[in-house]
Amino acid sequence: MSRARNALLSALVLVVTRRRRRPKPEETRIVPEQPRNLAAELGVLMLLGLSSLGAIGFILVYAFADSLPAETQLLGALIGLAFLFLAAALVVVGLKLVPTEELAEEYPPHEHPHEQQVIAELVEESGTRFTRSRFFKLGLLGAGGTLGLALLAPAVSFGPLFRVGDFLATPWRRGKRLVDEHGRPYKASDVEENNFYLAFPEGLKGEGKEQMAASLVLIRLRPDQLDLPSDLEGYDAHGVLAYSRICTHAGCAITLYRAPLFQPDEPKPALVCPCHYSTFDPATGGTVTFGPAGRSLPLLPVFEDSNGYLRAKGNFNGPVGPSWWGVRLWGAQP
Amino acid sequence: MTAPLTRRSVRWLDQRTASAPLLRKALRYLFPDHWSFLLGEVALYAFVVLVATGIYLTFFFVDSTKEVVYNGPYAPLHGQEMSEAYRSVVHLSLSVRAGLLIRQTHHWAANVFIAAIVLHLLRIFFTGAYRKPRELTYWLGLTMLTLALLEAYLGYSLVDDLMSGMGLVIGYSVGLSIPFVGENLMNWLFGGMFPGSAALWPRMYIAHVLIFPILIGLLLGAHLLLVAMRHHTQFRQRKAQTEHTIVGVPAWPGQAPRSLGLMVGTAGFLFLLGGLVQINPIWLWGPYHTYSSTNGAQPDWYLGWLIGGLRLVPGFDLVIGGYTLVPNPFWGGIALPLLVFGFLYLWPWLERRFTGDQAFHNLLDRPRDAPVRTGIGVGMVTFVVLIFFAGASDRVYVTFGLGYIPQIWFYRVAIWVLPALFGFVSWWACKELQAGETVLAERHEAEAEARLARMER
Repeated sequence: MSRARNALLSALVLVVTRRRRRPKPEETRIVPEQPRNLAAELGVLMLLGLSSLGAIGFILVYAFADSLPAETQLLGALIGLAFLFLAAALVVVGLKLVPTEELAEEYPPHEHPHEQQVIAELVEESGTRFTRSRFFKLGLLGAGGTLGLALLAPAVSFGPLFRVGDFLATPWRRGKRLVDEHGRPYKASDVEENNFYLAFPEGLKGEGKEQMAASLVLIRLRPDQLDLPSDLEGYDAHGVLAYSRICTHAGCAITLYRAPLFQPDEPKPALVCPCHYSTFDPATGGTVTFGPAGRSLPLLPVFEDSNGYLRAKGNFNGPVGPSWWGVRLWGAQP
Repeated sequence: MTAPLTRRSVRWLDQRTASAPLLRKALRYLFPDHWSFLLGEVALYAFVVLVATGIYLTFFFVDSTKEVVYNGPYAPLHGQEMSEAYRSVVHLSLSVRAGLLIRQTHHWAANVFIAAIVLHLLRIFFTGAYRKPRELTYWLGLTMLTLALLEAYLGYSLVDDLMSGMGLVIGYSVGLSIPFVGENLMNWLFGGMFPGSAALWPRMYIAHVLIFPILIGLLLGAHLLLVAMRHHTQFRQRKAQTEHTIVGVPAWPGQAPRSLGLMVGTAGFLFLLGGLVQINPIWLWGPYHTYSSTNGAQPDWYLGWLIGGLRLVPGFDLVIGGYTLVPNPFWGGIALPLLVFGFLYLWPWLERRFTGDQAFHNLLDRPRDAPVRTGIGVGMVTFVVLIFFAGASDRVYVTFGLGYIPQIWFYRVAIWVLPALFGFVSWWACKELQAGETVLAERHEAEAEARLARMER
């Protein structure tokens, strides 16, 4: 059956091509003639059809997406398959249907000495009228350089330069109440052992809460656990400690509190940053016990007022946030 | 009928552009055949997909960090304060038809783009393809890899979900740690101290969608032009392939359908991934605030080695008399990539200095042909891959229960010992393979001689 069709087709091709070939005989072809491959042609047509089906399916799913489950999966599968079928068709064309040739040619020459010579002469001979060529070069360099600087100068406006005050400023003041993220003030009694809390200064809203020095992590340690160095004595309110929430390594928020649940593995409470696992000891004033942080976690002194609310007693014992050149030169400003 | 049309078109084009001689040469440009030569092509096609899907995304993205409240259909985020940027991406992902498909395809394409570049780079390195006269092509490629990493980081950061914000503040801290200039540099880039001014998002956005893509596009053009001017390198697969003669498949008709097929196939593969394999479901992470973070956060794979670097450094800032000269993130975030990229940029020059090799090279080495290069390369790869694994040690702790701190101590030692060991073993293996080949060649020669002698007798 298919042999008969092949014979018929080849006869047809022979008849058709005979006339066309006369003005262009076989020997002058650039691309060699190779035998036909009907199976591959048929395959390519089928693949193109399948690709088209995928594309139509994509349009249909897109149109009726609301009544279909798994919209993204269906859309992705259909458009992906449409592309892949088209790709398969192209690969079959490349490997089975276009004439396969392997040609050889010379690599380009390593260099072109004559042209090099001409270019060099062109440049050199063009400059012979300049008698002060050294000054000329200097002048050109000067003009180009200063003009370049002038064009770059407006870029300085991008941001404030040499403004270290921003790095030291905090929204904390003596007497400010500590509130939670909804603005409710914390009582010292709200802060329980083996738990940790997010706190802000009272009165900050929206973007104000995003400043690095605003947020705190609140915890409570038992008096027998507490081992603050002498310069931080009185920073806690009967065991309640308010540390800066921003890690001194790379500025992530400290949102892990390792309360000692299992003594052999977790001998001491620790505040941990989940980005690079800098580990701070809250009992000793936020000193680094493991991980890459190079500075202790800043501590905000707090006290319990007569109504039981937590208030700031002053400001952090050092600048908040990741280190920079001046981070050890100043304390946090009031 | 087709022939006259072809001829008419060619004539029309040539009369108007005088391009027939160039086009004729281009159509018969030769491509030596080897699977590893397709890696660069895959990178190119992933870039095409990135640009196409990226354009679609720009029609929905809002480049603003103004705080708004979410009121869309996704209940878990109801009433939450978030930036307009994050809200627009949540909207695109959950409420725009095909929006999630395009976004996920874009993200997958970025991952595949950088993976293809890195594999391409490894192929170039281990076969010595960067040698004279192709150093410029190599340096352009490295620069594109650098730009691609920054570009991907910018795209990841723009979304302003919790993960992206954590990535951004780490990048900020790394910038801040550059000795002498860090503080001013970051103030300048961010328009103020973190989280920066309102101008930050428009800046990142224009850099991500215009400046970096154009730079990458220009370098890509120069890269391909240089490849074509000097022609492809080739392996010595046949006798005819020499330093002077290139053997390959012509662009037309042999290579064109294959390359087009690869392009369309890459696009299809990326759309399949984008539709079927979830990536970065940002609505689950929630909005970023400076005071929130989450455990178990992992960046996209191509930044894993930097996370590893940041985590491995012991806790110290280099302080001189109260002046903090080198804050800690500098080592993992700046020194490590400088070391790796510095090595890669300088390598062609270093190798030439030590081998004194000034020759032109069109034939590629197999890794065994240059044991020293292969050894050093394997050592470098081991170094980076170990640091990459170190970046995943928290996941290893969760999955396999291996303690985090012991793992970090292991890597702190292993990143220096194992590269040397692996490098040496590779060098030795190359030497052995070479020796084996010599023995085999001698045997074949001897056998041929013996056959000849028998025949003469």
